Order: sequence, then C-alpha cells, then structure tokens
Amino acid sequence: MIRLDELTKIFDTPSGQVVASDRVDMEVPEGEICVLLGPSGCGKTTTMKMVNRLIEPTSGKIFIGDTDVTKQNPIELRRTIGYVIQQIGLFPNKTIEDNICAVPDLLGWDRKKSRARAAELLEMVALDPGTFLKRYPKELSGGQQQRVGVIRALAADPPVMLMDEPFGAIDPINREVIQDEFLRMQGDFKKTIMFVSHDIDEAVKMANRIAIFDAGKLIQYDAPDDLLAHPKNSFIADFVGGDRTLKRLRLITVGDAMMSDPPTVRAEDTLADAAAKMEEHGHISIVMVGPKGRARGIVYLSDARGAKGRVGENHKKLPASINAREDLRTAVSMMFTHDETSLAVVDDDGFYKGYVTQRGITHLLGATYRDA
Amino acid sequence: MARNPHTAALDDLEADNVADGPPVGTLKAGVNRMAGATRTLAALAEGKAATAWRWVLLALVFAAGAWAWASGLLPSMYDLREDIVYLLDQHVRLVLISGGLAILVGIPLGVWLSRPSMRRYAEYLIQVLNIGTTIPTLAILALSMSILGIGTLPAIFGLFVATLLPIVRNAYAGCQSVPPHLIESATGMGMTPMQILMRVEIPNALFVIFAGVRTALAINVGTVPLAFLIGGGGLGELIFQGIALNDFAMMLAGAIPTALLAILVDFLLAQSQFWLIPRGVNPLR
Repeated sequence: MIRLDELTKIFDTPSGQVVASDRVDMEVPEGEICVLLGPSGCGKTTTMKMVNRLIEPTSGKIFIGDTDVTKQNPIELRRTIGYVIQQIGLFPNKTIEDNICAVPDLLGWDRKKSRARAAELLEMVALDPGTFLKRYPKELSGGQQQRVGVIRALAADPPVMLMDEPFGAIDPINREVIQDEFLRMQGDFKKTIMFVSHDIDEAVKMANRIAIFDAGKLIQYDAPDDLLAHPKNSFIADFVGGDRTLKRLRLITVGDAMMSDPPTVRAEDTLADAAAKMEEHGHISIVMVGPKGRARGIVYLSDARGAKGRVGENHKKLPASINAREDLRTAVSMMFTHDETSLAVVDDDGFYKGYVTQRGITHLLGATYRDA
Repeated sequence: MARNPHTAALDDLEADNVADGPPVGTLKAGVNRMAGATRTLAALAEGKAATAWRWVLLALVFAAGAWAWASGLLPSMYDLREDIVYLLDQHVRLVLISGGLAILVGIPLGVWLSRPSMRRYAEYLIQVLNIGTTIPTLAILALSMSILGIGTLPAIFGLFVATLLPIVRNAYAGCQSVPPHLIESATGMGMTPMQILMRVEIPNALFVIFAGVRTALAINVGTVPLAFLIGGGGLGELIFQGIALNDFAMMLAGAIPTALLAILVDFLLAQSQFWLIPRGVNPLR
C-alpha cells in the first residue's frame, strides 16, 4: 500500500515559485495499479518521484505500508522499490544478466540465486535466457530492452513499483504486447504500482484506479469505468475525450454483457420448430448447436418460416462468434465487420454460452448514466 | 534510444573542441586508423596477393639493410649501441614517469571536474585547458625550464603538463557524455553516488577516457626527444647531435628507436583499449 498525505512540492525557479504537487492525498491499495494521468507539467511525475525520494517533498508524508518513507534512508528505501523509466536506462557496460541482477547485487544476494532468478524472469517475458543472458543492451531491440527494464525492476521482488511512462517510447504494436505481458505478470506478482502515463487508453487498460492531475492538484481519483462514465468536471471530460463512452467498451468483457441460457436448436429439429422458438423469444435468428453444445451454425427466421425440412440441412455458417473473455470493443468491431447486430458467445472450448447484441451493449453502457 | 552513447560521446567531444583540431583529429583518426588496420590485417590474412606483397616488403627491407650495411651506416650505428641502450632506458623512463603521472592525476581530475558540485567551475577550467593544449609542446618545455632550470625534473614536468591536458579533457567529456537517464536509473535502484561513479559513469566513459590517454601518450612519446634540449636526456641526444654533426648514423640511431617506441606504445594502448573496455560500450568490438 502507498499512501500520500498532504504531499506538496514547491520548486524555486528564477521566475518564482512553482507548485508541482499541491497537497496530494491518495492511497494505492495493496496489489493494485494506480495510473497517474495528466497533461505535461501537471505534477504527476513529481508526485511519483517523491515516493522513492528522487525528489524531496516540501511538506507532507508518504507511507509505504506503515512506514513513513520521508524518515527512511533514501538509498535503502530505493532498493525496496522497483523503478522503471521511459528511457529504460539499461547499463550499456553490463550484460543483460548483470543488468537484471543490479539490485540483488546491491542487496548482496547470493550470486547463484540472483543469476537463476534472472533466467527465470527472462523466460517470463518470452526471451530465451540461453540467448539473452550474456548479451549487451545494444544488441537488443527497443521492445526487448524495455522488457528487460521491467524485469530488472522486479528482480529483487520489491513490494512496490514506480513506473515512469515505461512503454511510452515503444511502437504501438509492441506496446500492446508488452502491456498484456505486464498485466499477466502483475496477475501473479500483485505488486503495488504507481504508473505515470499521458495516454488515456493505456491508463484505461492498465489501471485499477486512475488519478488525474492538473496544475499540481489531484482532480479525480477513481476506477477507470467510473472516471469515464462520470468525469468530475469539464477538464476531466475533455482530457478523457469525447469518445469516453467508447473507451468504456474496453473495460467490459463480453461475458458481462452476454445474455446467457440462449435458445438453441439441434440438427434433427424441424425448421418449423426453429421458427416457433425464434418467434417465442422475438429473435430473428437462432444458433444450431452440436450434440455436446458447440455452436455449429445459424438459422434465420426469414429462411425457416413456412419452410419444410430439418435444421441440419438448412442452416447457414455462423458468420462470427466471440470468446466470452474478449472485451466489448472487440465484439462491437466484429459486429461492424460482419454487419450483424448480435454475436454468438463461446467459451475456450467452443461451447455456445450466450449472445451479445448491440441493443444489449448500449443498454448496459447507458445504465450507469440513468442511475446517476 | 535515439542516441548511441558511444558515438554521441565522440560527437560531443568533437563539438567541444572545434577550436583545437589536432588532438581530437588524432583521436578520431586513431580510431579510424585502428579499424582500418584491423581490416587490412584481415585482408592480408586471406588473399594470395597479400602473401606476394609480404615477400616484396621483406625483399625491400632486406635491400635497405644490405645498403645500410654496405654504406657503413649499420656498423657505425652498431658502434653506438651502448649509447643507444643507455639513452633508450632514459627515454623510456621519461615516458613512463611523465605519462604515468599524467594518467594518475589527469583521470581523477577530469572525473572530479565532471561532478555536479564542480559544474559551476568546470566549463571555465576546461576552457583554460583547451587553451593550454594549443601551446606547442616545445614552448611548454621552454617554460618549464625557465621555472625549474635544466635537467630531468623540468623535462618530466613539461612532459607531464603537455600530456595531462588531453587526459583531463577527455575524462571530463567522457563523464559528461554519460546519458542522464543512466544516472537516474542507477539512483532510482538505490546505488550510492560512489557506486554510480564506479559501476555506471566510469565504465560508460571509459572509451572516451582511453581515447584521451592514447592521444596524450602519442603527444608524450613525440615530445620526449625534445627533452634533450632542456637537459632531460633520452634518445633526442643522438638525434640532435647527429643533426648538429651531420652524422647520419648517429641521427638514425636515435630516430629509429624513437619511431619504433612510438609505434609500440600506440599498439599496446590500442590492444588494451580493444580488450579492456567491456564489449557493450566498446564501438571497436
């Protein structure tokens, strides 16, 4: 847990005093990612750098767990906090192995133990230890370097991590991959993380909570969905963007928006039965499932009504189906691609679980505005 | 990372010293020459044409030797062997003492100037040093003599000063060129200032520092023969006396060992530069 208590930083500059952080009060709960977000010069980086005392606060307190870090020895403090920066800062003179072991070496870990740990961490980010341990940073691509930068911060297993726009300098495709990789590792490690970003999409993707800063003040501190649904003022609304409701699509899984226990037909059913089932539910199509419940095809009401024969001979290929774990953004995109208003939802094994409709999605997103 | 720290270091160095071309020119030329030499050697090791050239070269050397012998040059040089050995010993001592002292003083001084606490004064001091490097080495020796009299001491002092400047300048420039984010990252992970200096700054500045040492010792070895003029001894004695007496053999007896020594020193430094600097920060590897 990281708790900031009335944290303030005032810089003396030749043109007068600048308040970089203005009485910031916030708490990052254990094991959560908190993204500090805001335009340049809003004080987010200053606020974060006070936590490992790269910047000394003017006033206020910082607690990690129950310890007031402003009273701790800064060198020892920093060894217990993982630190990742945008420029990565791998040491060009050291091999990847020695880079990863930098903090364990400072802490005087046993060499064998730290080297084994380096190999283990490299495997977690899908870099082959045999190939990479003895390489030098200049022999790695930008994306590979940043992966090493992240695992270097994790090497000594610090409970808290500070990340300063860690994925900002990586191309968009690699950034997505590294973000996903990092979220997967965070799922195992459950670190308490303060993460500075200026990218709202990254924040929405990574954060358990987002803190938006402006001119040194913490304006709003909320879960991503609340922030997007209920921006506190026009500054936040502008900052998160006019398409903020669309951004919320990312936060909701298909499983959440799905209608479960859908009506189904089997290959041996007659078309008349299928049509009756659709009319009963008010649907214009129905999914045909196999003997064990896998989605096999689709029958449209227009084809089934008044027709003779069995479903097995008259069904059409399922235009698209989506995994329940995907987010709604993917679902909507798929609907647009296939010109469909509903999608069949399947689980990892292809079993038909339910369906999502455009109407259902708009209704779900709208619910939070109606409540307010 | 947009900037390659190593080439950036060299670029910075170049930008720093537009005013005084020779040392930096030497530095870059040195790097290029060495890369060139490595390539040439590689090429030599291969083609058959190279083997032929080697024979031609050997034949030329043999012919020159035969001519030298026949004309009486070699025998008269051989007569000077005791002088050569004695003066070479003196010569090497001058190089080792003045060069060694310059390295021992110059690197720490340059590193110290690059500390944040010295930032305010460093640029001025470096400017003074830059002016210092423009003074011809002969003039430095003369100035040294006018203060310390004649003998070994003023010679060593003069050589020391002439050697010191490029070392300090490169040590300073090398440390300055270490990217700030490396230092931020080292600080952020909990290194003490001393650890940052020893584990991050110096290793990453090492190539530039080494380049300074190489330039400086090239100047040093090139200046040592002049030490004779202020009573410092060394192989310059044979060269200058040979010129004065129009004694070709005596002149060569001084000049050839001097030249060989210069080549040897540069070769040794180039080798240690190649092997001692970690691969990650060594543009040559």
